[in-house]
Amino acid sequence: MQKFTTLTGIAAPMPQINVDTDMIIPKQFLKTIKRTGLGVNLFDEMRFDRDGNENPDFVLNKPQYRDAEILVAGENFGCGSSREHAPWAIRDFGISCVIAPSFADIFYNNCFKNGILPIALPQEQVDILMKDAEKGANARMTVDLETQEITTSDGEVIRFEVDAFKKHCLLNGLDDIGLTLEKAAAIDSFEARQGQARPWV
Amino acid sequence: MTAPKTLYDKIWDAHLVHEAEDGTSLIYIDRHLVHEVTSPQAFEGLRMAGRTVRAPDKTIAVPDHNVPTTLDRAGGITNEESRIQVEALDSNAAEFGVHYYPVSDVRQGIVHIVGPEQGWTLPGMTVVCGDSHTATHGAFGALAHGIGTSEVEHVLATQTLIQSKSKNMKVEITGTLPPGVTAKDITLTVIGRTGTAGGTGHVIEYCGEAIRALSMEGRMTVCNMAIEGGARAGLIAPDEKTFEYIKGRPHAPKGAQWETALAWWKTLFSDEDAHWDKVITIDASEIAPVVTWGTSPEDVLPITGTVPAPEDFTGGKVEAARRALDYMGLTPGTPLSEVEIDTVFIGSCTNGRIEDLRAVADVLKGKKIKEGLRAMIVPGSGLVRAQAEEEGLAEIFQQAGFEWRLAGCSMCLAMNPDQLAPGERCASTSNRNFEGRQGYKGRTHLMSPAMAAAAALTGRLTDVREMN
Ligand code: SF4
Repeated sequence: MQKFTTLTGIAAPMPQINVDTDMIIPKQFLKTIKRTGLGVNLFDEMRFDRDGNENPDFVLNKPQYRDAEILVAGENFGCGSSREHAPWAIRDFGISCVIAPSFADIFYNNCFKNGILPIALPQEQVDILMKDAEKGANARMTVDLETQEITTSDGEVIRFEVDAFKKHCLLNGLDDIGLTLEKAAAIDSFEARQGQARPWV
Repeated sequence: MTAPKTLYDKIWDAHLVHEAEDGTSLIYIDRHLVHEVTSPQAFEGLRMAGRTVRAPDKTIAVPDHNVPTTLDRAGGITNEESRIQVEALDSNAAEFGVHYYPVSDVRQGIVHIVGPEQGWTLPGMTVVCGDSHTATHGAFGALAHGIGTSEVEHVLATQTLIQSKSKNMKVEITGTLPPGVTAKDITLTVIGRTGTAGGTGHVIEYCGEAIRALSMEGRMTVCNMAIEGGARAGLIAPDEKTFEYIKGRPHAPKGAQWETALAWWKTLFSDEDAHWDKVITIDASEIAPVVTWGTSPEDVLPITGTVPAPEDFTGGKVEAARRALDYMGLTPGTPLSEVEIDTVFIGSCTNGRIEDLRAVADVLKGKKIKEGLRAMIVPGSGLVRAQAEEEGLAEIFQQAGFEWRLAGCSMCLAMNPDQLAPGERCASTSNRNFEGRQGYKGRTHLMSPAMAAAAALTGRLTDVREMN
């Protein structure tokens, strides 16, 4: 699993609410059997027209945000399908932190498996970060997972919450299948018990 | 005495393998459903790490998203990438020894229709699938939710999932539904009321007289869209209808095991004094046949309503509504019943079951669809298709002017050739009206099967209660 520790980079503002997984990565790109190479298709139908020309108004097409590594977004980011292609595309594009007032559950979990830190903050704080992001490429913010702090380009510090176990895995790039397999004995004994009590399962 | 528990608490406790001090838990998974889109990378991961599938007997695979639904599909899949994806599932299923229903099998269909149909989904189970509409299986009182591909790999390798517990939310639908109002109207109305993030962090239990009165098919429709309300899962406590539905299905318990199972299933309900973090109550008599007008499932209005204006909303929703109206090509103030459509799609894991098709046939019987309209019915499984043919429904559909297809996801997400053209407007029984969902720049209005059938007859969004 990819690590996330600390990041200083350009943040792109995307205040739209309910950004869904069909927007993040439209279904025609789900036909791949790989995890890589999806960055070029990130937000495809918003970023390009049918002939592949860039839409100059879309935030990630603007010169100052082409190298964004952080996305500041509206509420309920990542709603919709379970497709992990969404975080794969985001990571492949080069974004490894998404900040929003709220996230859809499955998307939120999928981020951690791919070295992306999703940060949920109250709307007022997201508004501050959105303003900072709107300043463009010179306004770089810093996200520190260890201390759980975001520092704006003006030096304002905002604390965030993250589940301790998820933080631990992300900081160390741990493979959680490996961690679970260490508990094989507990799984064995659960299966034995369940085999007795609910043999039809 | 133990503390009162919700149904969710009970299923959770019965599947807890390990709990860390911070509450991070390892939950055992009883059924793992797999389809071709979200699994290739997971199987590849297993191979690369030299791991096996821990419980192939509890793993069920079926291709559905990419498969063509035209009658000539035995000839193979023309789209190269789709074909590779389905072939990857064929070979992964064989290599790892999991249960498999290939495209050629009459039991093939949408994964969330096949699971219950074959008796894989049972009360009190934990069910996962790399697909957000896994919530469907909650209709049986099973804890069922979607997972990403990394988690698919985790379940394949360990038969468990690392989870933290969600909160409990109760959605109670009291009273009886008026005529012409269906399960789809209930579930859309709930989302309209709570918003697409209303259930975030919660597992919803649907209860109340109107839910009890629903058939198993209707209950699946309600739970299917729990995810559209942001919830991790939707649940309905099992009852006699549930047991009746399950009995005799190929993978349902038999003989003495049936009796033991039944005894446990009957304990699966929320205790009287259980704690709820959130409660929503809706009077069924206030629910009308609804349609969506925008590009989020929360954009719901009764068919008798008019297209809203951005100014009717507050906060981020003002801009979202402006964008949605523009995308949908709608003018505020237009009566919804005057909105003309080009296409009708009936199918999906929300409404592709036999009862849905019966409701459609009731409306279509002896009538013809509006001329020039494109209309298709895609049954949820090969068995649903066979039954509809046996009951004479297929004939009604075809005489009315509908295409009668083979089973698959089809135009619900348009990964196969069934797609809307830019600007094309569709009355759809599926579950998502997101931008581009049914085809680039396609416009989707979500509704019940009966409403979609009524729209097919008139060529516009139509109140099914006005049809006779
Ligand atoms: S029918 Fe639609 S929602 Fe259901 S599994 Fe298929 S694509 Fe997903």
